[in-house]
Amino acid sequence: MAQAEVSMKPTEIQGGHGHPDKWKWYDYFTFNVDHKVIGIQYLVTSFLFYLVGGFMAVLMRTELATPDSDFLSPELYNAFLTNHGTIMIFLWIVPAAIGGFGNYLIPLMIGARDMAFPKLNALAFWLNPPAGLLLAASFFFGGGAQSGWTSYPPLSEITANLPQTLWCLALIMVGTSSILGSVNFLVTIWKMRVPSMAWDQMPLFCWAMVATSVLALFATPVLAAALILLIFDINFGTSFFKPDAGGNVVVYQHLFWFYSHPAVYLMILPIFGIMSEVIPVHARKPIFGYKAIAYSSLTICLVGLFVWVHHMFTSGTAPWMRIFFTISTLIVAVPTGIKIFSWTATLWGGKIRYTTAMLFAVGLLSMFVFGGLSGVTLGAAPFDIHVHDTYYVVGHFHYVLFGGSVFGIYAGIYHWFPKITGRMLNEPLGKVHFVLTFIGTLLTFTPMHNLGMQGMPRRVAMYDPQFADLNQLVTVGAYILAVSVIPFYFNVIWSWIKGAKAGPNPWNAMTMEWTTDSPPIIENWEVLPVLTHGPYAYGMEQADQVGPAGEPLATPRS
Amino acid sequence: MKQIPAPFWTLVLGIAVTLISLWVGQNHHLLPVQASEQAPLVDDLFNVMVTIGTALFIVVQGAIVYSLIRFRQPKGDDTDGLPIEGNLPLEAFWTAIPAVIVVGLGLYSVVVFQEMGGFSPGGHHGQGAMMAMAPQPSVIDVAPLIAQTEAGEDVYSKTQVYGFGASPLVQMNQPDVTVNVTGMQYAWIFRYPGTGITDGELHIPVGQDVQLKIEAQDVIHSFWVPQFRLKQDALPGEPAELRFVATREGTYPVVCAELCGAYHGGMRTQVIVHSAEDYAAWVASRVAEAAPTTAVAQSAVDATDAEYLAKIAPELAKASVQIAQSTPTHP
Ligand code: HEM
Ligand SMILES: [Cu+2]
Ligand SMILES: [Cu+2]
Repeated sequence: MAQAEVSMKPTEIQGGHGHPDKWKWYDYFTFNVDHKVIGIQYLVTSFLFYLVGGFMAVLMRTELATPDSDFLSPELYNAFLTNHGTIMIFLWIVPAAIGGFGNYLIPLMIGARDMAFPKLNALAFWLNPPAGLLLAASFFFGGGAQSGWTSYPPLSEITANLPQTLWCLALIMVGTSSILGSVNFLVTIWKMRVPSMAWDQMPLFCWAMVATSVLALFATPVLAAALILLIFDINFGTSFFKPDAGGNVVVYQHLFWFYSHPAVYLMILPIFGIMSEVIPVHARKPIFGYKAIAYSSLTICLVGLFVWVHHMFTSGTAPWMRIFFTISTLIVAVPTGIKIFSWTATLWGGKIRYTTAMLFAVGLLSMFVFGGLSGVTLGAAPFDIHVHDTYYVVGHFHYVLFGGSVFGIYAGIYHWFPKITGRMLNEPLGKVHFVLTFIGTLLTFTPMHNLGMQGMPRRVAMYDPQFADLNQLVTVGAYILAVSVIPFYFNVIWSWIKGAKAGPNPWNAMTMEWTTDSPPIIENWEVLPVLTHGPYAYGMEQADQVGPAGEPLATPRS
Repeated sequence: MKQIPAPFWTLVLGIAVTLISLWVGQNHHLLPVQASEQAPLVDDLFNVMVTIGTALFIVVQGAIVYSLIRFRQPKGDDTDGLPIEGNLPLEAFWTAIPAVIVVGLGLYSVVVFQEMGGFSPGGHHGQGAMMAMAPQPSVIDVAPLIAQTEAGEDVYSKTQVYGFGASPLVQMNQPDVTVNVTGMQYAWIFRYPGTGITDGELHIPVGQDVQLKIEAQDVIHSFWVPQFRLKQDALPGEPAELRFVATREGTYPVVCAELCGAYHGGMRTQVIVHSAEDYAAWVASRVAEAAPTTAVAQSAVDATDAEYLAKIAPELAKASVQIAQSTPTHP
């Protein structure tokens, strides 16, 4: 990409004076409007929910270590199953990847002092904790929602009604939060870039957030509609989805998946963005195919809106739909492949640093190759009919959600922790964390594919004894994953207090967030930066040019 | 290695990857035995995908691992890598190849889908037969089917039927055996129209054209026989059909694949594929059994779920929790 022109004089500071230089600890527990505080709020809460969701997963896997339902009651198993999925998606990945990284990084990456609508931003965050409380409450009033994170009627209408209603309300709240957040991201990226930054000079994370936000705006209202109708059916005697009263159970599935399929791209697109930032820095190379990566995000966003029926191939789906959605689903593999190939090509010819951030990024890459390929097999309707609603699917989506999203979030944390806290994470501990996570993920989620193909359905608390051996292996893997988080949480807490000081740019990175202090001051910069080189100008001459204040924007290379 | 030109190595690697992938595609042993006419179709598609997938997997993982080793930072070298920003021909190449692959797989899927009978559920079978019977208010000629079914099972008069129907070869034929399948929390109930047979296990003859008419009574269930590679949701209020020819005698699991409540995992039974003679004998024995006690067979229709289950699945009927969750609206 072309080198940016220096097109404007540095902007004067806008009313930043009189503010404190740093926030106090209690500012993080209030309705704070600083995007960095909000980003940290999102990240910390999501990491707490990650523990809760993970705890539920461990309980489920303990139950599944034996074929009989002898550890949890079947009702409780289903409640944990439902809330594990819900928490992991709506209170872990989405808030961490979109809310956390998005809020923290977007203004810093485009040279803005804050998001476009700071109060809206704070409001969006504060919708999340009550949603979590509603889910928690649902356990105390009726044993938790039990009908899976998809909550298909009629099951969701006849199992424990009150917790199901609370579950719906919680999801409507997080949905609202994500709509508010999306508007904010779009306006911020559109209007608040430093004048010297053209669209094609934005870091790729920003492109990913554009695609994510567009997707959220199209899809989320449909989920809200479905859930509101469900609440009406459960509590107010309507019969939108009640077959014996003229309703149609398949309509719910269409509404639900019209949101929830795009939701998987909502989860993964920001992670793709993180990948495109982490890999070039630690491989010391420009990202390969900037435009291709940016446009493939938009393509995924567009095509992703037309594939939802692949979750319904065995349901009430007309033949033409099975065909149309087979083809559209398979097509999504193309833009995804472009990204994978581009990252691989970015590694090629680099000078790869084996930092923990890089390990997680490359780990993601190799996991995603497998998860992506099994995704293609699921897109082909005739095969999907065999394995739909089996452990094959559970294996596939954990490959992309754990091997994909979770690895990406870890990579992002190791990469930006110095920026956020001003301190480095401990690298040896990080590597222990990586190795445990990598092995645990392989061991937990690979055998699930075999189980599914052989005949084990998903969402079961008891299963045919012939599947006992593989299930035990999976359970051991899950315990390793459970242990793997210990070095990580310890590392974060310890390094936040005592870690080595990071300085503004410990990785010698080139995107704009690294041109300010770590952690950044309250309005991000004393004087807004001016773009002098593209975000990935590694090994290029212009990278050594200096910023307006006479300081190098990035430490010059030797 | 210096003297040997790069294209040579590319060729050798290409051949090796191709051979490995072809081998893996044929020898992965991931799927259970094939017991229906559809199963080999599905498996062939899967094997093709495994072959392509293995090749892509080896190439991409290989490139990643190779880069990680070959391009790691030399000790003490703090410089940057090569400033390569892209390569249009290469990018066009790796966009075009996957595009061709997925379009090919898509078309192949359509063919398999067609051969499996995916385009004709509830379709035109039995056209013209027994037209003299009461005309039905639907575009499908289901009169013969309805005549066979028992009271309360007229969901088939709906126009849209989901699932797999007759494959193109037998499209005009009547099925040899029709079984009405009802999913309820937490049991499958199989009724054989015209015989009064009701069972908790599915018995079918090998090599004959079997039609299952699937419905659900309370919540969504999903009828799955892994060895048949066939699955169809049983949707309350929406008729569905599975039509297949079992190709291998034996006993196979029937699994419920859609979350249907707390004991979803316990909703398992069996399908027994008999030889033609054994099947006839089974039907005869069941009919004889049922004959003197027609009243019982009859009353089963109006029985509560508990009574009903007690007959076909005693161990389930004893668990009061489960019964309590069933909706008391048995037809
Ligand atoms: C410690 C790692 C994890 C383990 C051991 C684990 C295990 C499980 C298990 C046993 C199930 C139930 C499968 C079934 O019966 O259908 C499940 C479901 C699920 N998991 Fe995980 N999981 C883990 C992490 C995650 C993560 C990080 C996500 C990310 C988003 C996630 C998302 C889901 C979803 C969406 C479901 C489906 C829930 C439903 O069907 O209602 N899991 N997981
Ligand atoms: Cu069921
Ligand atoms: Cu079930």
